[in-house]
Amino acid sequence: MKFEAVIGLEVHVQLDTKSKMFTRVPCGFGKPPNSLTDAVVLGLPGALPVMNREAIDKSIKVGLLLGCKIAPVCKWDRKNYFYPDMPKNYQITQFDQPICEGGEVEIELPGDSPAVMGEHRMVKLTRIHLEEDVGKLTHYENDSLVDYNRAGSPLLEIVSEPDMYSPEETFSFLTSLRNSLIYAGISSCDMEKGQLRCDANISVRPVGTKTLGTKVELKNLNTISGVKNGVEYEIKRQIKAIEEKEEIVQETRRWNPDQRYTTPMRSKEMAHDYRYFPDPDLMPVKIDQAWIDGIAKQVPEKPFDKQRRYMSELNLPYSITSALCPDFSLCQYFELVASLTKDPKKVGNWVVNDLLRELSNANSETNPIPVEESPVTPQHLAELVDLIDQGVISNNVAKELFPEMFSSGKSASELVQEKGLEVKSDQGEIESICARAIENDPDAAQKFRDGKEGAINALKGFVMKETRGQANPKVVDTMLRNLLSN
Amino acid sequence: MSNATIISKTAVELSHSLSEKELSSQEVAQAYLEQIDRVDPQVHAFLHRDDDDFLAQANASDKRRAEGNTLGPLDGIPVAIKDVISVQGQPLTAASKILENYISPYDATVIRKLKDAGAVIGGRLNLDEFAMGSSTENSAYGPTRNPWDFNRVPGGSSGGSSAAVAAREAPLTLGSDTGGSIRQPASLCGVVGVKPTYGMVSRYGLAAFASSLDQIGPFSQTVEDAALLLETISGHDPLDSTSFPTEVPQYSAALRDPLTPCTLGLPKEFFGEGIDDEVRKAIDQTIEFYRSLGHKIVEISLPTTDLAVPVYYVIATAEASSNLARYDGIRYTSRSEQSENAINVYAKSRGEGFGEEVKRRCILGAYGLSSGYYDAYYLKAQKTRTLIREDFSRVFKEVDVILTPTAPTPAFKFGEKSNDPISMYLSDIFTISTNLAGLPALSVPCGFTNSGLPIGMQLIGQAFEESSLLSIAHAYDREHRFGCQSPNI
Repeated sequence: MKFEAVIGLEVHVQLDTKSKMFTRVPCGFGKPPNSLTDAVVLGLPGALPVMNREAIDKSIKVGLLLGCKIAPVCKWDRKNYFYPDMPKNYQITQFDQPICEGGEVEIELPGDSPAVMGEHRMVKLTRIHLEEDVGKLTHYENDSLVDYNRAGSPLLEIVSEPDMYSPEETFSFLTSLRNSLIYAGISSCDMEKGQLRCDANISVRPVGTKTLGTKVELKNLNTISGVKNGVEYEIKRQIKAIEEKEEIVQETRRWNPDQRYTTPMRSKEMAHDYRYFPDPDLMPVKIDQAWIDGIAKQVPEKPFDKQRRYMSELNLPYSITSALCPDFSLCQYFELVASLTKDPKKVGNWVVNDLLRELSNANSETNPIPVEESPVTPQHLAELVDLIDQGVISNNVAKELFPEMFSSGKSASELVQEKGLEVKSDQGEIESICARAIENDPDAAQKFRDGKEGAINALKGFVMKETRGQANPKVVDTMLRNLLSN
Repeated sequence: MSNATIISKTAVELSHSLSEKELSSQEVAQAYLEQIDRVDPQVHAFLHRDDDDFLAQANASDKRRAEGNTLGPLDGIPVAIKDVISVQGQPLTAASKILENYISPYDATVIRKLKDAGAVIGGRLNLDEFAMGSSTENSAYGPTRNPWDFNRVPGGSSGGSSAAVAAREAPLTLGSDTGGSIRQPASLCGVVGVKPTYGMVSRYGLAAFASSLDQIGPFSQTVEDAALLLETISGHDPLDSTSFPTEVPQYSAALRDPLTPCTLGLPKEFFGEGIDDEVRKAIDQTIEFYRSLGHKIVEISLPTTDLAVPVYYVIATAEASSNLARYDGIRYTSRSEQSENAINVYAKSRGEGFGEEVKRRCILGAYGLSSGYYDAYYLKAQKTRTLIREDFSRVFKEVDVILTPTAPTPAFKFGEKSNDPISMYLSDIFTISTNLAGLPALSVPCGFTNSGLPIGMQLIGQAFEESSLLSIAHAYDREHRFGCQSPNI
């Protein structure tokens, strides 16, 4: 029997806000333990939560970006359970009225080759709700320490429908979602800093059947490839279990990335009763159309929409757009250079090939330096492209020049001047070199005169060698033909 | 001026003496400290005192006055605080063992407002643990005694706050009222107590019992004093989402305006069986007084009255079960020495740290929120709460205020009800529905029993109509001033 997997994801995203969800303490990472706290974060007697408007703004923005229905009222609930990472022993979250419902994430599956666009499809979302993050526990042999710096940070939970059918689709989903969120300035989505976390609900069923199999929740998927690997393992485990006539039990399992297998965490019977109820400390907040309209103005073009536009309007090939579009900053860089020059395709090539190469080479560590910090500014690159266009330097010279522009931070024109690299169009000088070329290789000259068109290349090569590539090729061509026809 | 004279004064009289320089704030503070020294070993209204800090604040007030920088009528007047409201640098125990070692690092908004007004913040006042109770017998640090009869309870949960005013240990105190915790003890101790409209006074810094019901309010000898304290602590607070964005009327000034004739409603459901004869007689006399002033008295009906106590004990306990979850032995609360693992830290710390009534209510509340029971208990209670609110809205189309007894009986004896939670819960039967409806209400002393126990009447007003509520109460109080009578202790 053949089986297919059905996968739903729950993605937690930390919103990039100045202060925490319900208090004025700043959000942050890497600060001394428990320094980003106050009476509200620590749940001291008498402390009360007050909603952070920026977090609601950003949640609405995500909803609009992903085509969700925005709730008319933002309502808060308490989820009650005891755990030391949660100072109040309840989490303020949204239970029955999430801020966003529905929506979808466009994904692209791998194409036949990197140069070929893969299949696109929409993965449906169930809901998106806002809640407060918990603190961080570190366990030692006899003690556990807790750091509440993260506690109370605004956290968005994005829940997909069980609408993915392979580990590759989960990978594409997360990549696409992450790109969109970074585009919209919602979150930096740095998984190492826990800004994006993911759980997966996985079940398998015989191909052709409609009912869902027993689902297993998979936790501790801390990287995008971790999600792919964990899901892949869990699907295989479930299929094997069914083939061996074992029953799949509804449970939560943990992915162990180093050993690459999943282990049980807790069964359905051990599931908590969270005793949800509306938080009496927080009034429901009305979200009217004017509020939504105001946010709608700030929603950026989505990555795949941008990619389609680059291909249709700017005639960029897929291979260039697929390198540009996942990176919002790179696109901004590209668009700025393109707006300053005439040929977007050429600019695309420079950005994707030369700039990306230099950026990733520039740092000795694994992280490339961000495009915003590129020593070759958009203005510099635009000037370089223009210099080629105007015939001031050749493409070859430009290619050699680019790494130097990157390392020195100097503009192309500065370097060209310093090194005397302008293309030589001085008729008199070129004429004498051309004459020497003919003198030097009478055979080639004769062949050309006899009608062998290609023989002129040998003569041109001589001229270029003599001028170290700086002679204007058009001028050389005209000059040689003139001399040879006499 | 003798200490006895000083402590017999109302806050308004003290304020007058201070501004006339007949007295210094230092003298006032000293007089109260002496009185506390003298009577508190028996009354036990105070859980904690910081006399140095108290005198330093009084000194600072005198200095301001000398420099002509007085901050207002409350400058230099002592205000003692129920031990459930945060004062920076002071303990906050909520009369619970679990908070035995906790010092609050911040001021509640009401405290900040009082400090801004120059008030001299006094000691910490006893209560039923986490404000759960009607007699102050549930304090982990021992009960407070009723100054009118040491064998009787002062009421609760703000029993320390009412007893302190009655015993002249403070001219003004703050309490909190979730189901009657200001009005019932005010009634039992013969002082004035006001529960403001929900949202009128910030709850920021009040250790929560039931968030949708809790309000901080004043205790005093007279309605005039209560108006002064209430207008100081009221107002919108950006730190409390449930505080209402409204201008605070000047209640004290409004009291001086002539009172136009109004309609007082007597809900028949509040005048049924179970009311002590002497209480009924005192209430009848207040009704006659209002009639004699030319006000209209009408009988009204609040049919949902008998639903209030069950609805209250579902909603208040549900919220409490969640609000008190933070007291877990992990951070600032006492940790059981018996705990070897995380579950034990919770179970044993809470088991040892909480008293019986608190545990009873947490369990009850958690039950009502549990999966499978939520709809039958919590949700149904919320729907019924709406009916209670609608009942009041309907009645307030016809009347300006509602007049009832505050409590069915005068102060009861220690132990009389403490073994019977239901009968204890019923002592709040007249006060609970106003919390569920979010309305302002107050208790004004309206006489004494033959054996000398105080009796209180309750007036219930429309939401955010504290001004007319206080004015109507003041019309009675300025003629009777039962709250100015002192117990012989």
